[in-house]
Amino acid sequence: MKAPRRKFLALSAALTASCKKAEVPSESGAHMRPYGERAPQEQSVRIIRELSKSPGTGSSRTPLHEIYGIITPSALHFERHHAGVPAIDPATHRLLIHGLVDRPLSFSLADLKSFPSLSRICFLECGGNSVGDYSGNHQPTVQGSHGLLSCSEWTGVKLSRVLAEVGVQPDAQWMIAEGADASMMTRSIPMEKVLHDAMLVYGQNGEALRPEQGYPLRLILPGWEGNTNVKWLRRLEFTREPAQSAKETANYTELLPNGQARQFSFVMDARSVITSPSGGMKLARKGFHEITGFAWTGHGKIAQVEVSVDNGQTWALAELQEPVLSLALVRFRFPWRWDGAETRIMSRCTDETGYVQPTHDELLSVYGPNAGYHYHAIRPWRVLPSGEVVSHV
Amino acid sequence: MSKAALLLLLVLAVRAQDKPLGLGRPATAAEIAEAALTVFPDGRGLPSGSGTAARGRAVYQAQCASCHNDNGEGRDAQYPALKGGIGSLATRSPRKTVGSYWPYATTVFDYIRRSMPFDHPRSLTADEVYSVTAFVLFLNGIVAETAEMNAKTLPAVKMPNRHGFIRHDESPVSRARRGTK
Repeated sequence: MKAPRRKFLALSAALTASCKKAEVPSESGAHMRPYGERAPQEQSVRIIRELSKSPGTGSSRTPLHEIYGIITPSALHFERHHAGVPAIDPATHRLLIHGLVDRPLSFSLADLKSFPSLSRICFLECGGNSVGDYSGNHQPTVQGSHGLLSCSEWTGVKLSRVLAEVGVQPDAQWMIAEGADASMMTRSIPMEKVLHDAMLVYGQNGEALRPEQGYPLRLILPGWEGNTNVKWLRRLEFTREPAQSAKETANYTELLPNGQARQFSFVMDARSVITSPSGGMKLARKGFHEITGFAWTGHGKIAQVEVSVDNGQTWALAELQEPVLSLALVRFRFPWRWDGAETRIMSRCTDETGYVQPTHDELLSVYGPNAGYHYHAIRPWRVLPSGEVVSHV
Repeated sequence: MSKAALLLLLVLAVRAQDKPLGLGRPATAAEIAEAALTVFPDGRGLPSGSGTAARGRAVYQAQCASCHNDNGEGRDAQYPALKGGIGSLATRSPRKTVGSYWPYATTVFDYIRRSMPFDHPRSLTADEVYSVTAFVLFLNGIVAETAEMNAKTLPAVKMPNRHGFIRHDESPVSRARRGTK
């Protein structure tokens, strides 16, 4: 069922329910459950898009418009798999670290959990999020257009702490990270990032990683494009040169209008989007509506978010939900009185480096229509007199 | 201070900062050799063995054609074309293929060996991977049908888009705003 239809039915049900009297049960309620589940009325789900005949290959998108706060429930975290989700036995899984190191070592999961642990909340965004917008194929909902974005609390060990065991040699410039999926996906990571804030992660939102998120071990590179955060991590090789793997040459490079392609474009630039009201929703009445959404940047902290409710003519600061964390999703809010007239609403963020989120036209003037990755322009939503909210750039 | 010098300092600082805890077990030379699948642009990591496009044609027909089509034309977006598009990257309708876009022939070998065929990866012998790699390069007019690809010749293959990639840490939008191309 499409989201608007589902919303309409939910609204009808709510109207019916509001006429009924809520009854307090006179008998004791349901049994407890060893592992909890959400209320049956809550139906928020990911949109799955399988890219090939092979099961599990493709992507699924987070319902951003139905998320509260900044943490994405693990069950709704976006997915992008290049050869399905492998079933890995954590008891036998190992991480091999070799190459330009003094002592090549093999670690069990128990070994890695013995290191001093670290937890950090950060966003993860696929480098290909909103790829359709480059070519004017604007998805009708925020889940479709921005849903390759999530935010979790990740727990593991700082990679530099583990590297003290192997003794990385001073001439190491790159780290090749390899996954244990069927395609053994591989990316090359510069040493600066490895030593700065890279994490080996086994926990997500208080429990073990979900299989779809790399169980039992993944790399987390805060603020960097999702694909470099290699899942099902099995091997780290330290080298002088990048591997020039398929996923850092054929894919995840931005072809610019002059025919050159931007490579190793790791950092996700500052971006924001209004998640409510957003495409596919309908404003039930004139008057007060809270505008809310997310802002994020791979360059540190979000400094401010501005909202325009008059087609970009005037802008006003939105309120940012504290705490504003570096490299995490930031929730913004903006009170709005809708007068019933057609308009366009949009958000624009600025990060701590001073980078201002570009308009679609400015982004296209630089990247051209065939870049494919790192789309991060302002997204307007058109509000019709009927209250319907539709996609429009 | 140069970036390289800064990195050296960072590495030395990390080496000095944390004392090893004695976790993990030594990796054996045999397990490293088995796991180290990456082929680098200079040819490091290539196995012994060899192949030609002439020999690769049959392997391709048996293992690759069902998805990538009889001669690397591809089948819709999910099964990308392997050939063509050379010279198209700066046009309004660029076609990114192995021939037009991939900067290193070693990447072709690496990707076929680790990830292909899609439904049973790592099932080809080294000679078969060399041969299919040679066939894909031949389809693009990059090597002759009889040219032997091995650990010496493959890294020497010059791909048409070898110099088509740039790396700037700064965002292209920021560069444009500053008036930098």
